[in-house]
Order: sequence, then structure tokens, then C-alpha cells
Amino acid sequence: MKITFPHLGNVYIACKGFLEELGHEVVTPPICSRKTLEIGSKYSPEMMCMPFKIFIGNYIESIEKGADTILITGSCGPCRFGLYPIIQADILKRLGYDVDIIVFDAIGEGIDKLKTNVNKILNSKSSQEIYRSSKLALSLIRKTDDLSQLSNEVRAYALNKIDVDKIMNNYYLNIEQTHGAEELLKLIKNTEIDLREVPIDKNINPLKIGIIGEIYTIIEPFANLEIEKKLGDLNVLVEKSLTPTIWLEHHVLSYPFGSKHENMKHKLAEQYLKNPVGGHGRETVGSAIYYKSRGFDGVIQILPLNCMPEIVAKSILKTVEKDEDFPIMTLVVDEMTGEAGYLTRLEAFIDLINKRREKCIG
Amino acid sequence: MDSYYLGIDVGSVSTNIALIDGRDLLVYKKYLRTQGKPIDMIKDGIKELSESFGHSKIKSVGVTGSGRQLASIIVGSDVIKNEITCHAIATLNYNPDIRTIIEIGGQDSKIILMRDGIIVDFAMNTVCAAGTGSFLDRQALRLGIDISEFGNKALKSVNPVRIAGRCAVFAESDMIHKQQLGHSQNDIIKGLCQALVRNYLSNVGKGKDIQGPIAFQGGVAANVGIREAFELELGEELIVPPNYDVMGAIGAALLGKENVKVKGSTSFKGLDLYKNDYVVNGIDCNGCSNHCEILEIKEEDIVLARFGDKCGKWSSNSLRLNS
Repeated sequence: MKITFPHLGNVYIACKGFLEELGHEVVTPPICSRKTLEIGSKYSPEMMCMPFKIFIGNYIESIEKGADTILITGSCGPCRFGLYPIIQADILKRLGYDVDIIVFDAIGEGIDKLKTNVNKILNSKSSQEIYRSSKLALSLIRKTDDLSQLSNEVRAYALNKIDVDKIMNNYYLNIEQTHGAEELLKLIKNTEIDLREVPIDKNINPLKIGIIGEIYTIIEPFANLEIEKKLGDLNVLVEKSLTPTIWLEHHVLSYPFGSKHENMKHKLAEQYLKNPVGGHGRETVGSAIYYKSRGFDGVIQILPLNCMPEIVAKSILKTVEKDEDFPIMTLVVDEMTGEAGYLTRLEAFIDLINKRREKCIG
Repeated sequence: MDSYYLGIDVGSVSTNIALIDGRDLLVYKKYLRTQGKPIDMIKDGIKELSESFGHSKIKSVGVTGSGRQLASIIVGSDVIKNEITCHAIATLNYNPDIRTIIEIGGQDSKIILMRDGIIVDFAMNTVCAAGTGSFLDRQALRLGIDISEFGNKALKSVNPVRIAGRCAVFAESDMIHKQQLGHSQNDIIKGLCQALVRNYLSNVGKGKDIQGPIAFQGGVAANVGIREAFELELGEELIVPPNYDVMGAIGAALLGKENVKVKGSTSFKGLDLYKNDYVVNGIDCNGCSNHCEILEIKEEDIVLARFGDKCGKWSSNSLRLNS
């Protein structure tokens, strides 16, 4: 059994570590590229959202590398993500790929099915072994997220942004040759040390921008045209409202009550939106208010074209922007290749915020 | 010797050049079609400029537009600024009371809201290019009329037809359908102008607090039909600045001038640069699995810039973009 999974930012690092600890052979899909999206678009329904298309591209690229089993999480939430595993399995079957698809659905979808699927992955290891692997995986998820955030922070202050590029690029290249969770953790630790040594200008008072919106497009750099890097290069300190760590804490570790952090966002969103609208629509509204309360200078909402929950949030954000007197910009991502228009919007948004700041101070 | 400040706006459809003097007044402007050859157009523009102003001193250069990075590498600029900020700066310089800018260019349409002289909100068209210059060009061609006649024909109509403006493709097929029914050309053109204005207001201008005075600029501002349709829809007269077609370049020139005051001297390579040969090469880097496409720009035999790599192997040795 050679297992693969779709990309979601840095999650592949933890996923690879976890599965390797359990004794599986893992085929990591090649980093998302234009080619991935091309393959995905070719075989996906035209009106589907972009993450779906990238997933299909990931699967096919992995299958070509020898994968025969695909691992994905399901979701019965009222957004198209809930349909992903079923439609995708069908597409792969029609294309003639003979692969096994293991879906981790929410418990509500049937405990027996979940048990069978979990057992396939656990590879009949002892409970002690499973506990150890899970702990390492969790630690990997946290550490990779922390490292991304550290790179964002260092980048905002770095004298030469290229120093950060070099370190992070090296890190990603080394991951391919590193196996097992403990080795990966070591690599992360070393990268962290390198990042902390990058010469910075402590006198910079960077703008702070929160990235909010649809979870996949926030987390996967290919989908958002590397927005964290682009903003960091413009001396902006970026923070994402959703990370794999935040997701895990809310949906798995604090099940069924939800994490404090995300519940607080629901509370903040309440005056605009009392009910979930699928996906992370409610969290997006709450996150905007949350970043305002933390003294951020603005937020950018990212959504894939025709993402229903985020369209609801987008219309509400207009009112939030006015009520809170807080700059909010929405960026819609799709199969775009040109970055010029994207960069123009980012730069203009930063100019706008800078002028606001000058006005407040002087 | 007279001193001037240069602004260059390299857009997808047009490349514009503006020269302002020490009192911020426009002394020269040039509107060229980019035609997918930005480097040649920049050279052409600079050549024409040098014929009229060859003996003057250019004290600063600002560049803007989607080809701004490229323009900066070729001419050596003091400021590289996005077109939204540039348009706002130029408009405020023309009339500081303006509160809303409607800008429609070749491929982009924008709305910029300003209060007390600063930008407070903006938006650009996302996935639909209906109503932009290229779309209008195409429809004029289809109707067999010159684009400069387009607006005047719309004004002659008293009974515009209703055309669906939700999407450029639908608008086009709806228009053809109306043509086949036998509606007059003037009525169709006016209907199209109204449809495009509705499209702009519901896409780009959606949810924006449009307050007067409103400025209308960009290449499409020359179209009186579109202008009239806007005035009808907004219930307010639009101000079209005299240099509506080169506002981005003027803004870049103004910002360059400001920047040089701080910087001290200009990075401009001089008006003779049009005599040089520029070559752009694509290189496929096989150094790692990223397979970056590197772009290399050479002036004669000297490498001016390399960019497009993720790791910095190529770009760190030359000028780096965006920083």
C-alpha cells in the first residue's frame, strides 16, 4: 500500500511523518504547480471550486509516482467540500485509475465506516505505538505552522528578504529527503535557528494584516499566489485566521465542544451572523472583528471563485468594514496565471492603510 | 536648462508617457498602443520624447501599470507604483475635491473612493472585462464603425434597446440578436453603453458609497456614450480631466518628483536609452524540482535583471523585483 493525500499547505509534512511512523510507504504529491491545476481542470466539472481541481491534479500526479491509496478527510458540512470524496472517486474510476480511497468522515456519518477506515491506516500497530505516532504528528503540525508564522514575522523585519527565501526554500527541498517524524522535527528546529539569525531591522514598525476567508485558499500558497510572501516582501506582518493547528484544535482535539479560540469568533460574528452558513463563512466574519480588536491594520479575505459560504461572508464584511471603520479587501482566486493585477491590488491596499496610519499619527 | 519629471504607464493595451514641469503642469503626453511589445513601445516613446526634449534635464522617473517592473528595469526609475495610487495622486493634483474616481482602461476597470485627499476604498474588476476598452473596440469593429464615432452615435439615439450586461459574452450575443431583429445601430450602441454601465456599477461599484464630485478617466472616458449613461444612472455630472487618458503616467511622474526630493538624484538612464538593444530570454532552471522559469533581460550584452526563481539563485545576483 503506497499512500498519498492532497496538498493543503504544510500539512503534507505532518501527514508524511505520521504515516511513515506507522510503517506505511508514502508518496507525497509534487508541490502544487501550474501543471497540477491544468491536470485538475481538465478532469473536473467546469463550475467546481478551485480546491477540487487542485486535489484531482494532486491525485493524478501522485498516482503517476506510484501511489495506489488516497487518504482524504470528508465533511458533511453544507459546502461543496462534502461532495469531494464521492465525485473525485468517481472521476478517478472513470479515468481508469485503480486506487483505493480512504475517507475519514465525521463521526456523524457512521462510526463503523470510520472505524474500518481508521484501522486500515493504523496498520495493526499497538496502541502504544499509535499514541506515540499521533503525538509526534500533532507536534509536527504545530511546529510546521509555527515555523511558517515565524518566517512571516522574520520576513516583515528582514533587511534582505532573499535571506528568508533561501532558508525556506532549502527547508522545503530537504523535506523530500527526510523520513520519519523525529528527523522532520530536527529539520524544523534547524530551520528555526537559521531564521532567527537573519539580520533584521528592529526599528521597522510593520503594518499588520490578517488573512481571512476560505480555509484551503488561505493555507495553500499555490492557491493564493503566495500572498504571505508577497506581503512580507512589502514589509507587512501577516497572520492567517485559519491554520491546520487551529482547525485540528477546533474540530478534533476539542470535539464535540469546539476550541475556545474558534468559539470566540462565533461570538464575535453573532451580531451579524447567528448561524453557520457552511464552510467557514461565520468564522470569516468573526475573524475580521477579531483582528480589528487585536489592533491589526486591515484584513484581506480570500475565496475561490463561486465559494458559497465566503460569498455570504463577503456581503456581510461590507457592513463590518463600515461599522468597525476597518479596511477589508476581498480577493477572488481562480485559475489565474497573471500576477500583475493581484499585486496591484495588494500594493494599493497597503498604500491605503499606510495613508490611514499617517493620518492617525500626524 | 529646463527641468522636467517623467512618468511612464505601461498598461496591457496602451503605453502612456507624461512629462510634467516644476509647477506640476503637463508639458508633453504620448499615448501608444502596447500591442504586446512593451519594450519596443517604451523605446519608441522615449525616442519621440528625446526628439522634442533632448536637451532638457529629466530629474526623475516614475513608472506604473501592469508592466511597471519591466519599465523600471529598462529606463531606471525612482519610483515603481501601482496604478490605483497613481490615478488617485494625479486626480487629486487636478482637483483635490474629487471623492470618487471611475477609471476604465483597456483591460481593467476600477473605482477609487477618496475622502479628505486619501484613498479610503477601491475595487477592480475581477473576472469579467465587459465595458473595458478592448471589449468596446471589439464591438465597434463588429458593428463596422470607428471607435471614435461610438459615443456620438449613442447620443443620437432616443430609444435605446435593452441589452443584457451581466457578462461580456451574453452582452455580445444579445447585441447580435437585437441587430438581427432590425434595431437601428444608434439604438443598439446606446443600449450597449447602458448595459456596460450597469455591469460596472453592479460588479466593480457594488456596495461602494459613490459620492460626488466624480472623475471619469482612462481611455474609455473619451466615449461620450458611456459618460452619458453613467450620468443618467448616477444622477450626477462626471468630470473628465483634460488629460484623462494619461492620468496614471501623470501620477507616476508626480510620485517620482516627490521621491527624488528625498533621494537626491535620479536613477534615470537618460533619453538616449532608446538606442540600445534589449533582449529578453527565458531560461528553464533545472536546479531543483521547482523548475522555475527564469526571465533574463539584457541591455546590449549586460544582464540587467533576472527574475522568476523561488530560491534566489538567479535573482540574488541581479536586481530583485518588489523590494
